[in-house]
Amino acid sequence: MDKLKLIIKREFLAKVKNKSFIVLTILSPLLMVGLVSLIIFLNEKNSEEIHTIAFVDESTQLASVLLDSGSIKYVNLTELGLNEARKITKESYYGLLFIPKSDSLVNLSKGISFYSEGSPSLSILSNIENKLEKKIRDLKIAQLNFDIDKIKATETVVEIGTENFLGEKSSKIGSILRMAVGGGFGYLIFMFIIIYGTSVMRSVIEEKTSRIIEVIISSVKPFQLMLGKIIGNALAGILQFIIWMISAGLLMFVITSIFGIEAASSSTSIGQMNPEIVQQVQQTSVSELQLILQEVKSLPIFTMFFSFIIYFLGGYLIYSSIYAAIGAAVDSETDTQQFMMPVMMPLIIAIYVGFSVIENPHGPIALGFSLFPLTSPIVMLMRIPFGVPWWQIVTSMLLLIITFIAIVWFAAKIYRVGILMYGKKPTYKELYKWLKY
Amino acid sequence: MKDILVVENVCKNYGNFTALNNISISVPKGSVFGLLGPNGAGKTSLIRIINQITLPDSGTIHLDGEKLQPHHIQNIGYLPEERGLYKSMKVGEQVLYLAQLKGMSKSEAKKKLLYWFEKFEITDWWNKKIQELSKGMAQKVQFIVTVLHNPKLLIFDEPFSGFDPINANLIKDEILKLRDEGASIIFSTHRMESVEELCDYIALIDKSNKILDGKLSDIKQQFKTNQFEIGLLCGNKEALLNQIKHHFKVEDYKKAVFNADLKMLVTLKDKETSTDLIQFLNDKAQITHFTEIIPSANDIFIKAVANNG
Repeated sequence: MDKLKLIIKREFLAKVKNKSFIVLTILSPLLMVGLVSLIIFLNEKNSEEIHTIAFVDESTQLASVLLDSGSIKYVNLTELGLNEARKITKESYYGLLFIPKSDSLVNLSKGISFYSEGSPSLSILSNIENKLEKKIRDLKIAQLNFDIDKIKATETVVEIGTENFLGEKSSKIGSILRMAVGGGFGYLIFMFIIIYGTSVMRSVIEEKTSRIIEVIISSVKPFQLMLGKIIGNALAGILQFIIWMISAGLLMFVITSIFGIEAASSSTSIGQMNPEIVQQVQQTSVSELQLILQEVKSLPIFTMFFSFIIYFLGGYLIYSSIYAAIGAAVDSETDTQQFMMPVMMPLIIAIYVGFSVIENPHGPIALGFSLFPLTSPIVMLMRIPFGVPWWQIVTSMLLLIITFIAIVWFAAKIYRVGILMYGKKPTYKELYKWLKY
Repeated sequence: MKDILVVENVCKNYGNFTALNNISISVPKGSVFGLLGPNGAGKTSLIRIINQITLPDSGTIHLDGEKLQPHHIQNIGYLPEERGLYKSMKVGEQVLYLAQLKGMSKSEAKKKLLYWFEKFEITDWWNKKIQELSKGMAQKVQFIVTVLHNPKLLIFDEPFSGFDPINANLIKDEILKLRDEGASIIFSTHRMESVEELCDYIALIDKSNKILDGKLSDIKQQFKTNQFEIGLLCGNKEALLNQIKHHFKVEDYKKAVFNADLKMLVTLKDKETSTDLIQFLNDKAQITHFTEIIPSANDIFIKAVANNG
């Protein structure tokens, strides 16, 4: 037991002290912070800029909607005429909106044009288009002698509330949340297995090529060495994960504290413009937030957490012992490809199946792959947020544990023989023979 | 108990290939035991079994009177033929780690390590990584790893490969010193001159079978051919040679390592003794050189392997 601890400690330190580990662990969150801040900063900068747009409204019917709002200001140059207005705009304004004279409301929307130096921002154009469309529609309704307020009252929004047979409310937001959580967990396990499984394999190959292996296994059992290596690498991975989580938390805190205030102030400026709309917006966003919170509360959090740990451990141990056996069977990393394919296949299938499983969490494909032990750690985790019958979870976990024991046993056998074999790359037939040595 | 290691009837097969066929050897305490054999004879397989890296298919092994058990690894020090250490790990850390794996406490290992580092004058290597050292330097570190935990039984597989003559001598002296301090040493090599220098006992393995073992001096007696190198000072060389040829089996001997008028190689028949020969010669000429030819370890090795072929 003491020796296992020693090995775990060495493997952990060897991994953690490695320069690339340090760089990856510390630099990547910093890069993320930098990137996100930069994007937000540029966005802010962009929206802060105020564009002044001149207009010439020869129809005289639309000028009333062209009011200053947010980052767009309007200047009425109708009196100067189009040609004069163009000259002035070229010198001092962002662009010129021209609304030609028209004989009827039907033709009002035709021939409206926008002159500017370069191509104008799409968001500004669509903003103006929206305003004009609304106004022209209102004018048309008024011409037909309909009551505008009554017409508005006919506008309807339908939202289907969903509820399961136990009476728990669910919503579309909930489904999206479940997809995100399940997909996130599954993907996390996938990445962890690949990154740290490969790292176990590299470490085995390193010991083999540096030939220290014979010294080590004259002191400890090969199985102890393999286990110590797998655990040591996993601990390093968990440490990296924790550091990332903490820095992600810090990142969120920093971003909200720097940009949160400005976001609030910009919303008040919208408020000055049109209090009704703001109220609406605020109401919907509050209720959405509440819904999300409700959904988070309704997630099977305990089951998810518990099964994440089981599937994470089971999946990682199964795959990393296969990786260790591959490392032991070959002499160099270039020889591993032949054996990597069959290992990567179930992982990749699991991810693909997993993302389609989210669409239909209880179909036969979902069930099958969440029971099959080489894919269950990923697929089952993606299913669990949608609610999975307990017997399926138990069966899947049992299969996982049985497979885990069997695979570790096989891997240990191949490892034990492989680490002392040098020379030619073994075939599958030879690997099978090694099991019997 | 006078034997530190007793291997009895050990067999080991890898699939259809027999690596060891019913091998028995005994290594006396406080001796240097040469484990010899051509490439692929099974030496490494036997050494790995003694180190409990692999298990024998059948047969028993006793270390110092006890049946070989996992805890015995701390009584064995093993220097494999293929040397290796963690390349990116620091020398001091690495030796401490390997010593702890052998069951030493950290403080004990540190004390011992300082002793050896001072002895080899390499204290300033402590914080260097193995990849910064030359091959010979790394070999020294590996030698220390092997002996650090004061094992009762030391197994050296080609210990001198990779060393320059000065360092090879240094290592040889250390090996003999360890023997004098009571350790027993199994020494596997192809270099027969070092066998001659170091080994008290040898065992020769060829094609998975032991074909020869025992005390080196006894084996030499077994393999001697009753041949004598003779140098004589005399007047009439031709007449004397004919006279001798009449009584004994004589071959011309051109090897000019000594000064004499007449050089020859005489092979005695079964009933003749060296005394007979000396008396015969003494009457006729002045004997300047008289040596019994003792086969070298090299000769024995080649002869035994050829006979086994």
